[in-house]
Amino acid sequence: MELLTNVLAATVVAGTPLLLVALGELICERSGVLNLGQEGMMLMGAVAGFVAALTSGSLVVGVAAAVLAGIGMSLLFAFMAVSLAANQYAAGLALTIFGTGLSAFLGAGFVGQSIDGFTRVAIPFLSDIPVLGRVLFDQDPLVYLSLIIFAGVAIFLRHTRGGLLLRAVGEDPEAANANGLKVLVVRYLAVAFGGGMAGLAGAYLSLAYTPLWTENMTAGRGWIALALVVFATWRPERVVLGAYLFGAASILHLVLQGLGWKSSTELLAMLPYVVTILMLILLSWNPARTRLNTPLSLGQPYRPGR
Amino acid sequence: MTAALRLKLENIVKEYPGCRANDGIDLTVEAGEIHALLGENGAGKSTLMKVIYGVVQPDEGRMLWNGHEVRVSSPAQARSMGIGMVFQHFSLFETLTVAENIALSLPPFEARDRKRLDERIREVSERYGMALDPRRYVSTLSVGERQRVEIVRCLIQESTLLILDEPTSVLTPQEVSSLFATLRQLASEGCSILFISHKLEEVRNLCHNATVLRQGRVSGDCRPAEVSANDIARLMVGNDTPISTQVPAAEPGEVLLNVSALEWKSNDPFGTSLKKVALELRKGEIVGIAGVAGNGQDELLKALSGEILVDTGRISLGGENIENLAPDQRRDLGVAIVPEERLGRGAVPDMTLADNALLTASGQGLVERGLIRFGRVREFSREVIRRFGVRCNGENSTAGSLSGGNLQKYIIGREALQNPRLLVASHPTWGVDVGSAVAIHEALVQLRDEGAAIVLISEDLDELYQLCNRLGALCDGRLSPLAPTSELSIEQLGQWMAGEFESAEVSDVAA
Repeated sequence: MELLTNVLAATVVAGTPLLLVALGELICERSGVLNLGQEGMMLMGAVAGFVAALTSGSLVVGVAAAVLAGIGMSLLFAFMAVSLAANQYAAGLALTIFGTGLSAFLGAGFVGQSIDGFTRVAIPFLSDIPVLGRVLFDQDPLVYLSLIIFAGVAIFLRHTRGGLLLRAVGEDPEAANANGLKVLVVRYLAVAFGGGMAGLAGAYLSLAYTPLWTENMTAGRGWIALALVVFATWRPERVVLGAYLFGAASILHLVLQGLGWKSSTELLAMLPYVVTILMLILLSWNPARTRLNTPLSLGQPYRPGR
Repeated sequence: MTAALRLKLENIVKEYPGCRANDGIDLTVEAGEIHALLGENGAGKSTLMKVIYGVVQPDEGRMLWNGHEVRVSSPAQARSMGIGMVFQHFSLFETLTVAENIALSLPPFEARDRKRLDERIREVSERYGMALDPRRYVSTLSVGERQRVEIVRCLIQESTLLILDEPTSVLTPQEVSSLFATLRQLASEGCSILFISHKLEEVRNLCHNATVLRQGRVSGDCRPAEVSANDIARLMVGNDTPISTQVPAAEPGEVLLNVSALEWKSNDPFGTSLKKVALELRKGEIVGIAGVAGNGQDELLKALSGEILVDTGRISLGGENIENLAPDQRRDLGVAIVPEERLGRGAVPDMTLADNALLTASGQGLVERGLIRFGRVREFSREVIRRFGVRCNGENSTAGSLSGGNLQKYIIGREALQNPRLLVASHPTWGVDVGSAVAIHEALVQLRDEGAAIVLISEDLDELYQLCNRLGALCDGRLSPLAPTSELSIEQLGQWMAGEFESAEVSDVAA
């Protein structure tokens, strides 16, 4: 039981960065914009958060810097892909390459240093619930934040006018424009939210998960988030599921190694990626439900008619 | 009719690169008036509407709204002024509900209370005889119902000018008459209606006044009820274009195509499944398939072309079973297809006409031992252009650079020159100018007289009645019986289009 609780708690921690970045990308894609720059934005968030926290001595400042870095990167992307209606795939790939290089450059002097990252804060009473208390309510503040954001995103999409606008723009920007909706504004905001969340996810890696900076420390989580959003059929509750599944699989391979499993570590390290994608493919089998949630204009640049 | 001026346009000019879409147009619409805006495709109707609705800005000219000069900079502004628009291609979101769609175009404070909005939608829709359930997803609605959503949306916004862009092109005859009843009721309450169409009988039936456009200019004004449809048509097309084809009676020969108990289940939740489709087609006849868009027309075409393989059922061509053959194998047997979308399916927009010829005509000796004989390809392509009067800059111009009518003539010609035994054509004259439509009709009739069997899928009932010797209708993937055109009343066909028929098993009344 103790082992299980520990594994589940570690699962949530390992899944959180993926959850954060995927929720951001989900909102972004729901507006019809595909931003392949997640990896780059996460890395910029991670390095900005780490450097800011180290120099200011405040983790909150670090998180703020990471979010701003993510938003800054995403605005660069939005300018190309939304304002100039450039090819979203190319612009996103460029952003990832740019972010990977720039973060390595900026962080070069900080490799090997460490800080005191976020620590666990138990929520009174709730954390006393058996198993679930330890798993969900005895975590660091960013985990709580990620759960709040998840609830916010789910409610936003389903029950608010803003969510309606977002879905409308993502389904058919032409029709949205004809209805007098401000397509470009909606897309800018969605992209910026995605950037902020990617920055936050980066900060989670460099300030909580492993409080240090190394080059390329996101290890492909930006890419898996992109796949996660698609296979979760653009639904937040499936994103959570997928993110924690990924977390579980990555913990599992550590546990298996700890138990003396004699297998290639490279193969085991692949496990989370494979398991997550397989599970989600199985989940996204029902075409009718998928179609209702798919942003039909995804990846298509939109220019208001002249 | 009150004489209050609702809308007045003076000398509207809108220029696009290479084309003066509106060239000094004047138009007045009074309160409570139903005003028709007539013209061929490309005459400038759509552009003028977009100017009124604020989608595009005119380069010159004035617009007066209730007597005051205005400049409409966006659809949102147009709507706040009281201008509502029902687009031909609806601006609805399929994945949202009726109420959500309407909420999107209302100011936030009005849309917040969803229960009240639901009530308002029910109230308005019932008052004007357009029953709607606010909670349904738009994706589950028929085309006619979607149009109601658009109209109800305008009414809830208290529009005083309603612009309808070809509203009847997607409706069954019965739906058209109930739409007209609604529009008359609206007009009698003081709402002005700008009715855009190219169906002359409807305009004569409904509209008080008409303005006819040709090539970006006003070619005439009239009171449609007081002049003949022919006079209006002359205003639309000018004096040197034939308005219709004379079709000699068909002389059907032996049975060529036999389709029985065709079943195909669609994977797409918004698609249509084919159910027990059966039909028999003779050499030298044209059989017309009517139906409201999205009732299985595209699926039927694909089932015949081989783009989809049916689940069960039999398709036999001249006694040979072809239901399991791929499209190219069927083409080798003499099946020619003219799909609905000219660009993208009928032709590749960025490829030259010659290269496009190669796509379906490669079997005509244009390829030898795996190598393309470009000389012959160009020759074939030139032959199509010459025989079918395709206006273009030679066989090396790209398909995308041709007008709709000319490209369609090219595509039909490409198929016709291959001497098909069976031709399946879907909406061949959709969005095509009158001159090209006549040429296309003539080409189809000529093919028929040479002994080909033709399936003509169309929404244009005039076209079907003119060309076909037997007619049927598709509704929700089921095919009605086929009846000789001369014995089939338009009311009966309308009922078939709405799905009121027995199974098509015993469909074959020899023509």
